[in-house]
Amino acid sequence: MSEKKPPVWLRVYTFIAYLYIYIPILILIIFSFNTMKLNVRWQGFTLSWYNVLFHDSQVLLATRNTLIIAFVSTIVATIIGTLAALAMQRYHFPGYNASETVMYIPIVIPEVVMGIALLVFFVMIKFTLGLVTIALSHIAFNIPFVALVVRARLHGYDKSIDEAAMDLGANEMTTFWRVTLPTIMPGVLSGALLAFTLSLDDYVITYFTAGPGSTTLPLRVFSMVRFMVTPEVNALSTIWVLIVFIVLLIGQIAQSRRA
Amino acid sequence: MGEFAVELRDVVKKFITPEGSELAAVNHVTMQIRHGEFFSMLGSSGCGKTTTLRMIAGFEWPTEGEIYIDGVAMGHTPPYQRTVNTVFQSYALFQHMNVFQNVAFGLEMEGVSKDETKKRVGRALEMVQLTGMDRRFPKQLSGGQQQRVALARALVKTPKVLLLDEPLGALDLKLRKEMQLELKALQQELGITFIYVTHDQEEALTMSDRIAVMSLGRVLQMGPAVEIYERPTSRFVADFIGESNFLEGKVKSVSGDQAVVVIPAWNEDLTGIAMTQVKVGDDVAVSIRPEKIRLTEDARIKENCIEGSVVSSTYIGSDTHVYLDVRGQRVKVWEQNRISTLDPRAYYQKGQKVWLSLMMENTLVLPRD
Amino acid sequence: MTTAQATEKSVKKFSLLKVFRESRVAQGLLLISPANIYLFLFMILPLILVTVLSFLSRGTYGDVVFQFNITNYTRLFDPLYGKIFIYSLEVGLATTVLSILIGYPLAYYIARAPARQRSLLLFLILVPFWTNFIIRIYAWIMILRAGGLLDAFLEWAHITQHSLNLLYSPTAVLIGMVYEFLPFMVLPLYTSLEKIENSILEAAADLGAPPWRVFLRVTLPLSVPGMIAGTILVFIPAMGMFVIPDLMGGAKTILIGNVIRNQFLTARDWPFGAASSMILMLLTMVFTLYYTRKAGFGEELLV
Repeated sequence: MSEKKPPVWLRVYTFIAYLYIYIPILILIIFSFNTMKLNVRWQGFTLSWYNVLFHDSQVLLATRNTLIIAFVSTIVATIIGTLAALAMQRYHFPGYNASETVMYIPIVIPEVVMGIALLVFFVMIKFTLGLVTIALSHIAFNIPFVALVVRARLHGYDKSIDEAAMDLGANEMTTFWRVTLPTIMPGVLSGALLAFTLSLDDYVITYFTAGPGSTTLPLRVFSMVRFMVTPEVNALSTIWVLIVFIVLLIGQIAQSRRA
Repeated sequence: MGEFAVELRDVVKKFITPEGSELAAVNHVTMQIRHGEFFSMLGSSGCGKTTTLRMIAGFEWPTEGEIYIDGVAMGHTPPYQRTVNTVFQSYALFQHMNVFQNVAFGLEMEGVSKDETKKRVGRALEMVQLTGMDRRFPKQLSGGQQQRVALARALVKTPKVLLLDEPLGALDLKLRKEMQLELKALQQELGITFIYVTHDQEEALTMSDRIAVMSLGRVLQMGPAVEIYERPTSRFVADFIGESNFLEGKVKSVSGDQAVVVIPAWNEDLTGIAMTQVKVGDDVAVSIRPEKIRLTEDARIKENCIEGSVVSSTYIGSDTHVYLDVRGQRVKVWEQNRISTLDPRAYYQKGQKVWLSLMMENTLVLPRD
Repeated sequence: MTTAQATEKSVKKFSLLKVFRESRVAQGLLLISPANIYLFLFMILPLILVTVLSFLSRGTYGDVVFQFNITNYTRLFDPLYGKIFIYSLEVGLATTVLSILIGYPLAYYIARAPARQRSLLLFLILVPFWTNFIIRIYAWIMILRAGGLLDAFLEWAHITQHSLNLLYSPTAVLIGMVYEFLPFMVLPLYTSLEKIENSILEAAADLGAPPWRVFLRVTLPLSVPGMIAGTILVFIPAMGMFVIPDLMGGAKTILIGNVIRNQFLTARDWPFGAASSMILMLLTMVFTLYYTRKAGFGEELLV
């Protein structure tokens, strides 16, 4: 669209909109350094809540669980999802439309329904709820998202570069590893990044598929928030926001380097 | 060594269209391409030329018939086991590799040693005048340079046959002309067989030893440029290569390779050379190239001479394009501007009466198709 | 060698690998099957089980009795549940409409910004979207609760001395929902607005349309696909949401999501919970079908 200057009211509006988006987050961060436990107004600067946080064994356990689940589900979903994207973008096979429709299920069905469905499934097959069931569920909702992202990148992929590789003497396998995969890598990585954050962020499906001892960070934060408002939650949030910001920034810079 | 570099025997390639019907993209094509030949397949899009090339490369397999490369039947041999290499229309460079890595890729697949690879890549880059560019990435190169990388990448493998799929299509006109001459020179220097696909007739005429004119999956005519242009065997080829005037008529008499044709529109007989076997009574088309008609003030020869009037005349520099009305038929004539003058009377004027001489050897009798 | 001999030769060399190499259907199936098998096991099958479950009955101790009946569905016609369904629809629609109203000018501004600013502005929209959503709700709890930061601010600014008592009210739920889902509306809207070429707008202006008519007649219609994608991405999760009502709505605000959650985890009436889920799923599917029929899934959904 045009690069003409937008009207003043729109610029003011946009500024206010960004304030609306960022003020809550800034408040979170600022009040993580507040000495007042009740955290209703500013009292004084302290880092003690970070100390409390780093000694909170439940938070540490939840962090460990969350990371394990996020890594495992991202790796598995990225592999399966990328293969599916390749299949859907380049091949035609019986059941194509059905396979494609299934990929939209996590978008068109509310998470709560997916959550209870998985709960019913695991209980019925007598699978003990825990880290494994959470990871299996996360893989399930991540596969379609990875496939959608990778497919979007595959769109417009020049098939003749694969043919060129074969023409120069590379067989199907070598062509895939040396040419196809490196070419679609940016898409695969952004699919993986999406899967990783979706897994980190997920509360609803995790809530239904978690068992005793498999509390994840979102579950832990939920129960902390529900029962009390303490600067410890702010400290946790600050670290979280910071990590996300850095990871996204690195991704953004890498992307603009490539372009 | 086989008798031919590449041979196609009665090759058919059928595709299933999205609507579910069968389409023969290549329909019973037979061709023999000699060693060291510059061979072009010429035709408009959808004529089957690219599909034919892709079958030689091994990206597609014939539905019927067989392709031989250097005398060996290819069957379903995958591309990476064939001794031919391709230059793609889109260049198909590997974006994540630099120029050196792109060119070295094919040698790496063969297991050529590092030193040897370095030497051969250097030579190939020198050949396409890209020395010193080896650390650049495709994105940092101009279209012409990318084209040269694609060429070097294929040539470094020293293929027996180089397949080129409209390799100059994306270049601007001036660069294209330069590359045409360069490619031709390179081919002669290396002695490699080139099979070249193009829709640009001028390109095909400039570069090729032989041309196959294709339409609707079939080869209509195959031969050297001069033969294709001067002795087309069908109305389609005469029309597709260069320009021509066509007159419909009926064969009145035949003697040797000459035929007398009645042109009903003119109520006149024309004598011409029969390009195919014709017999009395056949419906034919008479083809005369616009630059081969002579315009004169009065009737010079007895036969094949007819009067017309100028409808319009366009000066285009080297030539003047004169459009005439000849007894209700539109005829175009290209007159060379041999004399430099600004005098408008030296060029043809609208309404001017002139005589057209259609010499017998320039008048071709073709089957009506 | 004739064609017949060639075929004979290839028949002789028959091997599974060769068949596989030459069959694009086989290759495609091999690539898709991990996803198909996985999603069948962990997505389709569970949904089928819920469907079956919704026609069974609850035993005395919260167990499931294999006895086919439709009472779970008839129970949903109880005015109590009817009210909850209608209220959920209202909240879902209100969230969607507010997201469009707030998000459209924002998306429009980003799409019209110079290319370099554009990626920064988008990045800034994305950052909160990638942070945990319970954290974002928590921020609003801090702000909205009685004696919280908003009250403190209003008191400091001498606007009012009384607490607004916003937390644990339907308004709080709506505030939380809109904040939560705004990026899902802005991104697809941006995608479709960004695709509108300047020359089209110039053509409209050239033909005599003043800016507001250019907007109404050209820009707005061309951004409909983005709006539909955004609506799907906002409305569906808003309909099933139970976390925000839980944390910000108190006991007063109950949505279908809460009903379903409660049936599974506190009331332990699984068949009834399953039936409620089926209805919710049906509602969202009818909604999606209706809208995608109108516009089709665009790449807007893929942002």
